[in-house]
Amino acid sequence: MINTFEDREVAVEKRFIRKEKDIREDIAWAQINKDVLKSLERPRMLFWVIFIASLALFMVGVACEIYQYQTGMGVANLDNPHVWGLYIGTFIFWIGMSHSGTLLSAILHIMHADWRKPIYRFAEAMTTFSLMTAGLFVMVHLGRVWQFYYVVAYPNERWTWPNFQSPLVWDATAIFTYLTSSMIFLYIGMIPDLAICRDNATGFRKKFYTFLSLGWMGTDRQWANFRVTYLTVACFLIPLAVSVHSIVATDFAVSQQPGWHISSFPPYFVAGALYSGCAAIITLFIVLRYVFRFEEYMTMPILEKTAKLTFAIAMVWTYLNLVEYASTWYGNDMYAKQALIYRATGDYAPYWWMMNFLGSVVPFSMAFKRVRNNIPAMLVISILLNVGMWLERWMIVSPTFANGIYPWTWDHDQWPSMIQWGIVAGSFGWFNMLFMLFCKIFPSVSMYEVKEMVYHRSIHTRETEASSINQELAVEGAAS
Amino acid sequence: MSKSHMLALFTDFDEASNAIRELKASNLPGFNLKDVTLKSPIEHPEIEELLGKRPVYVQFFTLFGALFGSIGGFLFISSSQATFLLQPKGGKPIIPIPPDMVLTYELFILFGVYITVLGFFIGAKLPMKRHKLYNARVSEDQIGILIKAEDTAMPAIKDLFTRHKALEIIGEGSK
Repeated sequence: MINTFEDREVAVEKRFIRKEKDIREDIAWAQINKDVLKSLERPRMLFWVIFIASLALFMVGVACEIYQYQTGMGVANLDNPHVWGLYIGTFIFWIGMSHSGTLLSAILHIMHADWRKPIYRFAEAMTTFSLMTAGLFVMVHLGRVWQFYYVVAYPNERWTWPNFQSPLVWDATAIFTYLTSSMIFLYIGMIPDLAICRDNATGFRKKFYTFLSLGWMGTDRQWANFRVTYLTVACFLIPLAVSVHSIVATDFAVSQQPGWHISSFPPYFVAGALYSGCAAIITLFIVLRYVFRFEEYMTMPILEKTAKLTFAIAMVWTYLNLVEYASTWYGNDMYAKQALIYRATGDYAPYWWMMNFLGSVVPFSMAFKRVRNNIPAMLVISILLNVGMWLERWMIVSPTFANGIYPWTWDHDQWPSMIQWGIVAGSFGWFNMLFMLFCKIFPSVSMYEVKEMVYHRSIHTRETEASSINQELAVEGAAS
Repeated sequence: MSKSHMLALFTDFDEASNAIRELKASNLPGFNLKDVTLKSPIEHPEIEELLGKRPVYVQFFTLFGALFGSIGGFLFISSSQATFLLQPKGGKPIIPIPPDMVLTYELFILFGVYITVLGFFIGAKLPMKRHKLYNARVSEDQIGILIKAEDTAMPAIKDLFTRHKALEIIGEGSK
């Protein structure tokens, strides 16, 4: 009989929420090795479906890029004033996506959040591959790919040093630093697991893992150096990640374009980056959990915590979004205000409203436990959030060009050509392809960290039980 | 006197640390505690209470890398800007500090990370050839104690490991 609100809540929980347990503390360590190593051998069929679909999508992007390379940038439908289109919007999207790896692996590592341990590895891989994808857009956007070396800082007889005062050079330096540092971070954190792979592999794979594991033997000296190194690199990565997206934001904020010249852009970009990254982690979490049979490790409590984190970041992003609108609306810059009105009522209005809906309203669904514990719902929501975040980046770039300071820009609406769409689609194929390949070749769940997690949890449980027994004995002693 | 190696495998860390504790207290002739190495599938920082601090110099590499990156980075950028001395800058500074700080900051992190990792490789002695007594079960779920001692001390050590329920004791010939 349901009489009270509490009764109703309990009934709802019983009915809808699958009581999923967290990783078992008594799981055998050999079993952890076995389960994770199995993912390198026999994934579910869906793996190949995703891989082949991604490869096909990537080939579409390659074909579009070859056509653009042969024909010229005109085929992208980029012109003046629309010099940046989907390419730069998608570039920001991929840079943003990379931030989740740092959040999960570095920030939560420093905060001793042990629930991150089964999922941080793939988040770090996501960081690396999304940065590699973002880097492609710089090349694609250049058009004259063969002149890429012009932007690289090297002394030459013509003294064509890049302009070190330009945010674009800061961008290139920051992204290079972030890409190489996160690759190093990913690799260093993987060495003990590569040694496990080495010890269990045969043939060519054994040689491959032997080379990569560098002769790791798990000695006390190696672990001590490993601990300090991992923590130090994590400490470097956190400010680096913040600086990278702040610098990407300054690409816009230091310009005079209406809608971009906003001081809150750097934190807004960083929040957006963490937001889209967390949403992507949820998507990939669900995919990997199924494809590689990681149900034992990628548990529902972890998904729930990630969803809560995403919800919190979504609210920060929403707040900063509102701050941006309010400061533009009440500010004295008539061009910026006009650009905002244009976003809400002009040609891009449907996408702008959709961005606001997906980015600020949809996350409220994650406030409900029932939703957070529903895998299909979380998959759909996480994809929708990332659609919203991609639209956000597009809505930063294109509407401003269509409604700039000069009146001649006002009738220059531009719709991206199929070539632009093809290259954007190709980038998703490229990312997915690399990511799935990584998960097939390298352990996407950190074996040694999961062992550490269950080891420390079991010690904690033992200590708690011992102290409660002691308390009971003390009470009994006092009573007698 | 010739020395040789012995590896003992234990089911858990408690057994292994008890064995080391007794080894430490035994003061066996021909055996030095410095020659004990713990091999484990996860990190056990608590072993330092028994074996003493393990040498970690990574932080000095980090300091050097960070200083090199920031000072060297700033000099690199400012010296390249100084090559434009002949160019008119419209009254603006030849070496503008605020924008240069951004790149200096990035290079500070870049070299900080690179040289930290170099320090790790040196400190952890990587890459290295695996010891011939390396056992793959150490990367799975067992704790290994590798000792180096004089041959005369080996029987007593083996006996101690057996008393502490070592799963397996693997020795090598004298060197």
